[in-house]
Amino acid sequence: MLAYPFMQHAFAAGSLVALLASVTGWFMVLRRETFAGHTLSVMSFPGASGAALAGLPLASGYFVFCALGGLAIAAGGRRGAEQQSAAIGIVGAAGFALGFLFLSLYGGVLESLESLLFGSFLGITTDQVWTLAGIAAAVLAYFMLVGRPLLFGSVDELVARTRGVPVRALHTSFLVVLGLAVGATAQITGVLLVFALLVAPAAAAQRLTARVPLALALSLAIALAVTWGGLTLAYYTDRPVGFFVATLSFALYLAIRCLPKSSFATR
Amino acid sequence: MAAIELEDAAVARGGRTVWANANLAVEQGEFVAVLGPNGAGKSTLLEVLLGLLPSQRGRATVNGEVGYLPQRRSFDSSTRVRGVDIVRLGIDGARFGVPLPWRNPHAGRIAEAIRLVGAEPFASRAIGELSGGEQQRLLIAQALVGEPQLLFLDEPLDSLDLPNQLAVAALLDRICRERSLTILLVAHDVNPLLPHLDRVVYVAGGRVLSGRPEDVITTETLSDLYQAPVEVLRTSDGRLVVVGQPDVHTHHGHTH
Repeated sequence: MLAYPFMQHAFAAGSLVALLASVTGWFMVLRRETFAGHTLSVMSFPGASGAALAGLPLASGYFVFCALGGLAIAAGGRRGAEQQSAAIGIVGAAGFALGFLFLSLYGGVLESLESLLFGSFLGITTDQVWTLAGIAAAVLAYFMLVGRPLLFGSVDELVARTRGVPVRALHTSFLVVLGLAVGATAQITGVLLVFALLVAPAAAAQRLTARVPLALALSLAIALAVTWGGLTLAYYTDRPVGFFVATLSFALYLAIRCLPKSSFATR
Repeated sequence: MAAIELEDAAVARGGRTVWANANLAVEQGEFVAVLGPNGAGKSTLLEVLLGLLPSQRGRATVNGEVGYLPQRRSFDSSTRVRGVDIVRLGIDGARFGVPLPWRNPHAGRIAEAIRLVGAEPFASRAIGELSGGEQQRLLIAQALVGEPQLLFLDEPLDSLDLPNQLAVAALLDRICRERSLTILLVAHDVNPLLPHLDRVVYVAGGRVLSGRPEDVITTETLSDLYQAPVEVLRTSDGRLVVVGQPDVHTHHGHTH
């Protein structure tokens, strides 16, 4: 299977996406910003239709619109503030509306609408893999730089602020990074299935351990396992990769939830 | 040199004077409670001393490094980060960069702070799973781990049930004596703290009044401060009990 260049590209892109999604997703789950993550995935739709209209590669539209969506949500208010969930909902609606407008201006049907929604691993180009590698490097550098104050601000915003952590700047920058990770993930799993890689591995890892470095490593391991497994199954069965990644993720999360609590509660 | 000093200090918020003519001197190693009705400016006093809010007049001085525990609610039960990691954030949580997971240069200080608050049995569990009293102990350890000379706590007893209020008050008393730490604690209800206090500061009606508990905590002084009938009783074993403080309701705090 790996003799084919298109499968090599798929595995390379899938691995980079697993890395991005698992680490960003762990912080997203910890910060309880899954609603923001979901809305950012919706921004892939205006991203893709806008890019089609402008004649640009679809992936660039994903990244630009998802990152802009992150900025818009950050402008809507502090994390956990009452008006924030309303702001997120409005950004989502505006994103859909804009995407619909772009689509009608484009005057046609997006040929890849189904893969936009449910993901695809066919036809990933070398350029796409390099773009993903660049995004992954930037996002990892971000977490290496601010991981510790971001953790502080995520679990204990009030105390972190009194200790000099720039919580507002971290909130904004994290939402932009989340947008980039969502935009990358949507290219493999599709817009509707980003949570298969963004939430399930992180949530399963958090259930297994309360040790931060170990949880991040486990989240990555789970995300890689379901991505590689999903790609392999999709290759041999000729069924959509999004289905397999989401199903494997869900099954694994369920299995971990069913483990007796005593087997990991204090680790 | 006094640990905390206010000289003719005054503070305003939104153009309105919160309190004025405040004079206060706290010696190093004293356990002090800041009391008074809601909205009278107790937390404001801490903010002035922390330098978060300027004094309009006079002087406000704090000698030494301050560990600060702001008023807060408890951690969400889904927070899957170990108590010991929460304590560590008190040392290096604001620093950029990521520590190497297999090396912890602060392990000794963290263990010491956890021992001091009696949190060893549960420090390696996820903070969200712990009771309110256990979380409060770990937060005190987090404030102490930077080895400050002063500890400011804003309503640390508020979310606790009565046994935990008594236990945390006794714990703070012990740390205060062992470390010669100056503690300034904002509270609604003076009763759980009374056996431990060296000094009380009342913030009420635009005034700040301080003194030794037996001098300030009298029926006349408190009724005057609160502008409401407050009674101070002495139990058969000589302890003081304050009855009728406004804003103090029957205890309905709970642990989970």
